[in-house]
Amino acid sequence: MPLIIALLLLAGSLNVSANDQPPSGAEVKIDNFSFGPQTLTIPAGATVTWTNRDDIPHTAVSDGVFKSKAMDTDEKFSHTFEKPGTYAYYCSLHPKMTGKIIVQ
Amino acid sequence: MANDEQNLIDYNLQDLNQDGIDRRGFLKCMAWAGTGLVWTLSGGIPVSRAFAKNAGKSTDFAFAQISDSHMGFNKPANPDVVATLQAAIDKINRLPNPPEFLLHTGDITHLSRPEQFDNVDQILKSASAKDVFFVPGEHDVLDDNGKAYLERYGKSAQGSGWYSFDKKGVHFIGLVNVMNLKSGGLGSLGSEQLEWMEKDVKHLKHSTPIVVFAHIPLWTVYPEWGWGTEDSAQALAYLKKFGSVTVLNGHIHQTMQKVEGKVTFHTAMSTAFPQPQPGKADSPGPMKVPAEQLRSVLGITDVNYVRGQHSLALVDSTLG
Repeated sequence: MPLIIALLLLAGSLNVSANDQPPSGAEVKIDNFSFGPQTLTIPAGATVTWTNRDDIPHTAVSDGVFKSKAMDTDEKFSHTFEKPGTYAYYCSLHPKMTGKIIVQ
Repeated sequence: MANDEQNLIDYNLQDLNQDGIDRRGFLKCMAWAGTGLVWTLSGGIPVSRAFAKNAGKSTDFAFAQISDSHMGFNKPANPDVVATLQAAIDKINRLPNPPEFLLHTGDITHLSRPEQFDNVDQILKSASAKDVFFVPGEHDVLDDNGKAYLERYGKSAQGSGWYSFDKKGVHFIGLVNVMNLKSGGLGSLGSEQLEWMEKDVKHLKHSTPIVVFAHIPLWTVYPEWGWGTEDSAQALAYLKKFGSVTVLNGHIHQTMQKVEGKVTFHTAMSTAFPQPQPGKADSPGPMKVPAEQLRSVLGITDVNYVRGQHSLALVDSTLG
């Protein structure tokens, strides 16, 4: 059983690499009042880390799902997505900034 | 300069719609906002005069507006927001008609941190005007739904911090439009606040001059950057009966003015850093200017009220 789980985990991480994501997790860079990439597709169970590279604070909020603290320049926020689905989110300081995480 | 002043006055005489409002002149006037242009409302119709001529005008009372001090900001656009806020207070203290109180239209702090609120309070102690009335910006209500802000400045306020008060017959309304911002949206007042506002102004005489102050502009300056308030039309509808309404906002870190009938909308400069004009950059972030020019794009607004004429003179001036 543990061998099967190990193989599944390995398969999962290989999937992540195949999508060109860094092996440690998926990343969204915040810069110039936008989330990059604006739409990110990840496998269920993966963790997304937002890093603010802008010179002004931003947040990442998906109503009812996650709500980051305000991230100043170089600060980060992470959320692990267990359930598949499409998660639209925005910056609560600048609500015109929007992004999407697609969990498969 | 004198020639331009004369052109400005000539422009204002162009009344193409014959409704007392010269639109072409206003667009030109907006470009002047940083140099000390005086706007006066007389019976709800704006008239501009060259600053020098108005200097000795008697005044019933004066107050000053500061905005967007962003205490805690320390990036290249302004590495010392303490110094520029202090410069703004020093300038206010030297105004010809001493302001009786100050209005701060929000983004007091950069990250809603206690020490940042404390710093601003400390600097404001050096203002000769001892009363300061605040409304929060989105930077003041981070992480805690505005709890820290309300503990300090919301003692006589309701809901997320709205309130009203009277000074010498002028009715002031502080509104909060930075809470519960929805994805893809603009600023928002919400139904509870709007209901409160309707009741608040219901029994006031039509001749009462009204001053509304809120952080995000209550007119649509540039929706692409969220520079507007989605339900402000409702608020303005409650003020339709009044002969003189002045709306003072911040958030956009530059002066802008619009007149619609008897309502004058005006935004103040920041005391911390400028932002680009609508559409002139990819995003509305802090705009870097050469260090020696910084103080020329930061500033304050001086407001003078002359009783009986329902007129409010708004003067923007830069820090240097």
